Amino acid sequence: MNFAAGTQRLVLQPPGARYSPAMGQSAPGLGEAVAGPSAPGGPALRVSALTKRFGDRAAFEDVSFEVARGEVFGFLGPNGAGKTTTVRTLGTLIAPTAGSAEVAGIPLSPQNGEAIRRRISVMPENPGLYLRLTVRENLELFASLYGLRAPEGRITGALEAVRLADRSEDRCGRLSKGLRQRVGLARALLNDPEVMFLDEPTSGLDPVAAREVHELINGWRQRGVTVFLTTHRLEEAERLCDRVAILNTRLRSVGSPKDLRARLFGGSLVVETASPLLDARAVFGSVAAVREWSEGDHGAYVLSVADPRQAAPDVARAVVAAGADLVSLAESQHSLEDVYLQLIDHDGSAPR
Amino acid sequence: MIRLDLGRLLAMTRKELREFRRTPFILGAMVVLPVIFIVEPLVDIFRLGSSTPASAVQKVVGVTFLLMLIVPAVLPSTIAAYSVIGERDQGTLEPLLTTPVRRAELLLGKALAAIVPSVLVSYVIFGVVLLCAHLFAANQTVVATLSNGPEILAEVLFAPLLSGWSIAVGTGISARASDVRIAQQLGTLASLPPLAVTALVSFQVLSPSVPVAVGFGLGLLVIDVAMWRVVAAMFDRERLITGARALAARGGGGGGQPPGTVRRIEMVRGVDHE
Repeated sequence: MNFAAGTQRLVLQPPGARYSPAMGQSAPGLGEAVAGPSAPGGPALRVSALTKRFGDRAAFEDVSFEVARGEVFGFLGPNGAGKTTTVRTLGTLIAPTAGSAEVAGIPLSPQNGEAIRRRISVMPENPGLYLRLTVRENLELFASLYGLRAPEGRITGALEAVRLADRSEDRCGRLSKGLRQRVGLARALLNDPEVMFLDEPTSGLDPVAAREVHELINGWRQRGVTVFLTTHRLEEAERLCDRVAILNTRLRSVGSPKDLRARLFGGSLVVETASPLLDARAVFGSVAAVREWSEGDHGAYVLSVADPRQAAPDVARAVVAAGADLVSLAESQHSLEDVYLQLIDHDGSAPR
Repeated sequence: MIRLDLGRLLAMTRKELREFRRTPFILGAMVVLPVIFIVEPLVDIFRLGSSTPASAVQKVVGVTFLLMLIVPAVLPSTIAAYSVIGERDQGTLEPLLTTPVRRAELLLGKALAAIVPSVLVSYVIFGVVLLCAHLFAANQTVVATLSNGPEILAEVLFAPLLSGWSIAVGTGISARASDVRIAQQLGTLASLPPLAVTALVSFQVLSPSVPVAVGFGLGLLVIDVAMWRVVAAMFDRERLITGARALAARGGGGGGQPPGTVRRIEMVRGVDHE
C-alpha cells in the first residue's frame, strides 16, 4: 500500500510476493554494516535464533520464524511469554542478546535502526496518543517525524481509511477507547509501512469496535501489507491470520491454524450409531484408514484417521455392513484454542 | 558529528508548545510566576527613598537581579522534568521511539520548547521591572544601577544559559525517574546551584563588567554543553522502554551463555547509537 504524496487518495500496490520456504536463507549477523533492503521478493521478517535476556531471565529464547510479505502473522502466547518484547526487539527499541533478524529486508543492527523504523510502524497495546492534541495534530506530529513531504494528503487518507475523517479536529482525550485505537491505526498507516506490528489492537474493545479493527486488518491484507499481530484472542487469530506462532519464551509452533490442528490432533471422525456396536474392534479394525479409535457414551466413537474425507465412506460402509444404524458421521473440529491450550498446558517448564 | 533534521526537531517543539498551551499547570506557572517576580522587586524598589544608603540600594538591586534569574532557572526545570517520564506515563514514548526521530532531535526539540517561553518570560519581567523603575522609582541610584550595561548583559546572557542547565538536568532526571512528582522536585532543586554563581555578579561580590559577564556566560555554556552530553548518553531507547539498560552494553550477563555468543553481544552494543 502506498499513500500518494500530496493527494487525498490511497493508492494501493499489488500484494507482495508470497513467501515460500525455499526462499529461506541464513540471515547476516547483527554486526554487519548498514545494508539496504534485500530482494523485494524476500520475506518481510526473518528471525533466526533470536534471544533476549534481562539478567538471568530470558524474555524469549532461540526464536526463529519467517513472515512473508503481505501475510497476516499471528503471534500468540500467555502473559509473560515474550510477545511484546519480541515486537519491541523487531521494532528496534530493544537490542537482542543473541541471534539475528531481518526486518523489511534490512538486517537488525544498531546502524540500521533508523532505516528499519522508516519502513515499519508499531502500534503498542496502548495506542499512546497525545490526549491534549487533536487527532490531526497527533498525525501531523508523526508525519513530520517520518519526514513525509506534503503530509496533508496522507493524513487525510489515513483518517479516511479508519473512517475518522469527521473527527479529525477532536482532541484525542475526548475520544472513546475504540476511536483512540483507530487513531493509533491511522498513525500506523502514515508512513506506508512494509510491516505493521500491532500489539493487541482489539484489547479492551467492545465486539463492534473489535470487528471494525478486524475489517481494517483484512483490508490491509488484501492490499499486501504485512501485519504482525500480537493477540490473546484466539478466535481473532483464527479469523485473521494466515499463520500463527505460539510463543512461551521459546517458540512452540508455527503454521496455519489448519496445519497446527492437523499436526497436533491429526484428523478424526466422530461416529454415532443408534445403539453400541456389538464388536467395534472388528468393525473399525477392518478399515485401513483408521489408526485408532475410542468409545464414548451411547454408541459414539472417535476415530483417528489421516484424512477424514477419504476415510469417511469406508467407515460408513463398515458400520452399515456390521448391521448398525448409522446416526451421524462427522469430522471432528478442533479450534485454535484447543491447539493453544494443548501446547501451552504441556509446557510446564517455561515461565507463564 | 550530530545529524539533525530540522523538520523533525521543530515538529517536536511544535508538539510540546501545543501541549503546554493546553496544560493548565504550565500555563498557570507562566502567568503567576511573572506576576510574583514583577511585583516583589518593584515593591522593594519603590520603597527606596531618594536618600537611602548605597549599601541598601545595592542589596535591592542584587535581590532584583537574582529574582529575574530564578524564572529562567526554575520554570523550565519543571517542564523538563516532565518531558520524558510524562511521555512514558501517558504511553506516548514507545510510539515516539519507533519513528525515525533521532535522540538529538527529540531532546533538542523538547529543550527548545521549554527554553523559548522561559527566556521570553524572563526578558519580559526584566523589561517591565526596568520600565516601572524608570517611570516611578524615587531613588535614581537604583534606576542607574539596574540600567547598567554589564548588569543587563549578565541578565541577557545568563537567562538562556541557566535555562539550558535546568532543562538538561531536568531531562536527565526525567529519563531516570519513576515518578513525575519526584522528578519535578529533584529537577527544581538541581536547577538552583548555577544561580549561586550568578549571584556573585548580582550582589557585586564580583564587580559587574562586560568581561566578567562574558566570562561567567562562557563558563555556564561549558557546563551546559557538558551536561547535555551526559543527558544524551543517558537517553537510551532500551532503558527508557524497559527501565533496564541493554545487557549488551555491559558486555555480558544472562549467565551460562556460550562463549560464541559474547562476540554477538558486543556487536549489538548501544542500540540507540545514531
